[in-house]
Amino acid sequence: MQKDTIAAIATGMSQAGIGIIRISGPEAISAADRLYRSKCGKKRLAESASHTIHYGYIYDGGQLLDEVLVSVMKGPHSYTGEDTVEINCHGGILVVKRILEAVLKTEVRPADPGEFTKRAFLNGRLDLSQAEAVIDVINSRNDFALKSSVSQLKGSLSGKIREVREKLLYQIAFIESALDDPEHISLDGYPEQLLDTINPLALQLSELLKSYDNGHILSDGIKTVILGKPNAGKSSLLNILAGRERAIVTDIAGTTRDILEEQIILDGIGISLVDTAGIRKTEDAVEKIGVSRAKDQAKDADLIIYVVDSSVPLDENDLEIIELIQNRKSIVLLNKSDLETYVSVEELQDRTDKKVISVSARENTGIEALTEAIKEMFYSGDVSINEELYITNERHKIALQNAYKSLELVKSSIEGGLPEDFFSIDLMDAYEQLGVILGESVEEDLVNEIFSKFCMGK
Amino acid sequence: MPNLVESYDIVVVGAGHAGCEAALACARLGMETIMFTVSVDSIALMPCNPNIGGSSKGHLVREIDALGGEMGKNIDKTFIQSKMLNRSKGPAVHSLRAQADKQDYTREMRKTLENTDHLTIRQAEVSEIIVKDGELAGVKTYSGAIYHCKAAILCTGTYLNARCIYGDVSNPTGPNGLQAARHLTDSLRQNGVEMYRFKTGTPARVDKRSIDFTRMEEQFGDERVVPFSFTTDPDSVQKDQVSCWLTYTNETTHEIIRANLDRSPLFSGAIEGTGPRYCPSIEDKVVKFADKNRHQVFIEPEGLHTNEMYLGGMSSSLPEDVQYAMYKTVPGLEHVRIVRNAYAIEYDCINPRQLKPTLEFKMIRGLFSGGQFNGSSGYEEAAAQGLIAGINAVMELKGKQQIVLDRSQAYIGVLIDDLVTKENHEPYRMMTSRAEYRLLLRQDNADLRLSEIGYEVGLIDESRWQSVQEKKQAIDREIKRLEETTVGTTASVQALLKKYDSTPLNSGATLAELIKRPELDYEKLAEIDENRPQLDERVCEQVNINIKYEGYIRRQLQQVAQFKKLEGRKLDPEFDYTKISGLRKEAVQKLNLYKPMSIGQASRISGVSPADISVLLVYLTGK
Repeated sequence: MQKDTIAAIATGMSQAGIGIIRISGPEAISAADRLYRSKCGKKRLAESASHTIHYGYIYDGGQLLDEVLVSVMKGPHSYTGEDTVEINCHGGILVVKRILEAVLKTEVRPADPGEFTKRAFLNGRLDLSQAEAVIDVINSRNDFALKSSVSQLKGSLSGKIREVREKLLYQIAFIESALDDPEHISLDGYPEQLLDTINPLALQLSELLKSYDNGHILSDGIKTVILGKPNAGKSSLLNILAGRERAIVTDIAGTTRDILEEQIILDGIGISLVDTAGIRKTEDAVEKIGVSRAKDQAKDADLIIYVVDSSVPLDENDLEIIELIQNRKSIVLLNKSDLETYVSVEELQDRTDKKVISVSARENTGIEALTEAIKEMFYSGDVSINEELYITNERHKIALQNAYKSLELVKSSIEGGLPEDFFSIDLMDAYEQLGVILGESVEEDLVNEIFSKFCMGK
Repeated sequence: MPNLVESYDIVVVGAGHAGCEAALACARLGMETIMFTVSVDSIALMPCNPNIGGSSKGHLVREIDALGGEMGKNIDKTFIQSKMLNRSKGPAVHSLRAQADKQDYTREMRKTLENTDHLTIRQAEVSEIIVKDGELAGVKTYSGAIYHCKAAILCTGTYLNARCIYGDVSNPTGPNGLQAARHLTDSLRQNGVEMYRFKTGTPARVDKRSIDFTRMEEQFGDERVVPFSFTTDPDSVQKDQVSCWLTYTNETTHEIIRANLDRSPLFSGAIEGTGPRYCPSIEDKVVKFADKNRHQVFIEPEGLHTNEMYLGGMSSSLPEDVQYAMYKTVPGLEHVRIVRNAYAIEYDCINPRQLKPTLEFKMIRGLFSGGQFNGSSGYEEAAAQGLIAGINAVMELKGKQQIVLDRSQAYIGVLIDDLVTKENHEPYRMMTSRAEYRLLLRQDNADLRLSEIGYEVGLIDESRWQSVQEKKQAIDREIKRLEETTVGTTASVQALLKKYDSTPLNSGATLAELIKRPELDYEKLAEIDENRPQLDERVCEQVNINIKYEGYIRRQLQQVAQFKKLEGRKLDPEFDYTKISGLRKEAVQKLNLYKPMSIGQASRISGVSPADISVLLVYLTGK
């Protein structure tokens, strides 16, 4: 039984318009009453009906902290299933913090990470996969990711997985009953039949898996690495896209010696933008490290933006980068289009076989074309993204991968001519792995891991 | 005043397959043991089918043997035909089944019991258990005699308030017309034990001389017989075997059955007990599988010195005139003469939820039970429980750790866990599909899995334990050798591969890699394996299976590791689940009823959902 009462700031610690302090537990309402004064000074929260909002002030001792709206929700009809009070105050880190401190002076203790959701789960208000989707909603940095998490919360992933799982279960049950009752159930010709059943299932899983590539882009942002030789204008590009002076830009080649990362939102698409040291052969020990880090970053990038200085001819460093971006999703930027050019769009297109856009970081031209190109690359131009199912959760991806592998093993058992009773080992594994996503296969270590991933406040 | 008072360490009630294993285990472990039976002539009686083993039941017999039980040895002495079933399937579902000479089986078991030290056999009906302060103190017989004891094991089989039924005939007897036990149920109820009423049945026995075998398929035993017991020398069981016969029912048979269903006590409501779905009567099969136009009938001899034959697959409780009519429609049985009618039998048993996984009653210390009394069906299931109940009664008296086999260790573990954990409304029959990890729980490796436990409790002696360890080492050595022996692309290697339609080698390969090919095995590679040592056939079998199915075995071991995590999360059997608010109401009720020992066991209780288990897990870590 959760006997104590907990509180935390439910909104982000930023200069947002409104901050919310959430209190949950048996003492939630009485604790709030000690700090709250209604406008007329007489109304008490304890006497008010559930699901009502009250206007008034929060005091810490004699000191007025803020003008607030307080909502009262009585258990079990609240997010946590317990009595819950939410104090909506004016945003600003200081005010929100001071109110929380005042709340914590009563018998209320600070909530652990994920504790509100954990209580909601323990009180039967959420199932495991819904609880997990809550993390994604909280952590999602952009609109698309949010939509995808919300749709998981509503259970569209569960629906699809459940469908595959039911089909697997039917096959398992069939094999098992045939083994137990060979007199009535024959397995003649069954292996071929099974193959016909699991092939489309494996395909469905692999499609879901493919969506993870896009899905994880949705929740973490597209990891975009800017590559180019020194002084090509990489840092200027970062600054333009970030909308502020994030990187130091000078005329001296090799100014950026390490990795710079910036989260930006480009027309609703979250992008994790990485600026790197210019790639060139160098004897400088520090710069060398920078160059090798740049290459490492490029390895796990979702998108590479290769910035070319059009005012100087291509050299061996460019050739190395062109080699590096082969077979990778990349866009080539021909920078310094405002200067006299030695490199043409056509020449680059020939050498790289990529989309080449002419820009000027200094004049801020061509940036729109770049934005369009990024959008087009990932969403093929159409924005039907919110109607599709995306896997955005690492754990789901792993479970899907395992299930897929198990189905591949079943296929190889069938093709290897193994007896039918071998099929069910891997079919069962696939079934259990999919159950992990739904919270229908219980894994001992999983449950707690999920709750420890929550950020404070939910 | 009672006329007789005696004292023993342990009382065993019943001398069927469960009672025999229980009594032998107790006496062999040094306990003064008395075993009661309503008829000494019926010790280890096989009142139904004349065989031991079969799919998954053969596994149980092997496991009983590995733990130091008697069933395997006894059938090795008395079988008249033996077969390894499912040979075309994987090694996990290979199952040994032997036809027994029923009289020999009974006689041999009785001989063993009668010559076991510390064991007394007594013909009497136990009518009461004596319980003091929640502890078993003794039993009382119908004659009024009192036997004090520290533990008792109830193995009453199908005798409690038994009733045999066919048509409108109802006899208040146990199987085969033997005296039923009329009083013990009342005493158990008075002590708070919840009883169930189950039903099972048996087909007719017919005169061999009235059968036309030319109209049936002859079923032979295996050319090379594999013994059940790991202690039996395989060469000693190669002998002449008798045949069984296969014939089929047909539409005419089914019409007769359908036309007379109203006279069947099963369908008219005269039978109240619940029958087994997995061992259905012929009328059940005709109703349930209406689209099947024939069912198999196995004609099996009851022994070498009798003309009685068993009609496997045609158990029934139809009236005797209908029995005659339907049997006579079966090819080969046109002129059949019945010796004993088919009948259904109803009996009292317990709701096994009242037992711990050790087979001791949760609320009566010192009272154990096994066999059909616990709601199972089958000789092998009974023997397995009798053995475990016997061992644990002794361990309790000696103050030692009792044994609980888990689902990844043995079919016996699956059997007992299912009985005490899952809601069971019909006689429980062992099946391979009930075992999740069956590739590990093979009948061929039962000795490697369980001998150590048998040795630790004291039923396996030092020399047998030594030889199991030597076998293990020999297997490991040989596997290692095969993994390290590389053969090249020599003419002899390619010739051998060609002989078995196997792809020729482009470069060297280890012998282990070749064994993994579906078309090859350990045996077939002998001629290209120059340094192969001379090994026992049972060692070779293990080497072959372990190499051939290595990938599958490894995956199954991973599944077991996951399973063990939940088994390892222990629950307090005294815990009150109403304290956890997130559990659904049904889950709270079930958990409070069953009081599981671990999260794993809780997850198998019907009515407890995965979401409830997640709640339990979070709650446990929250504490």
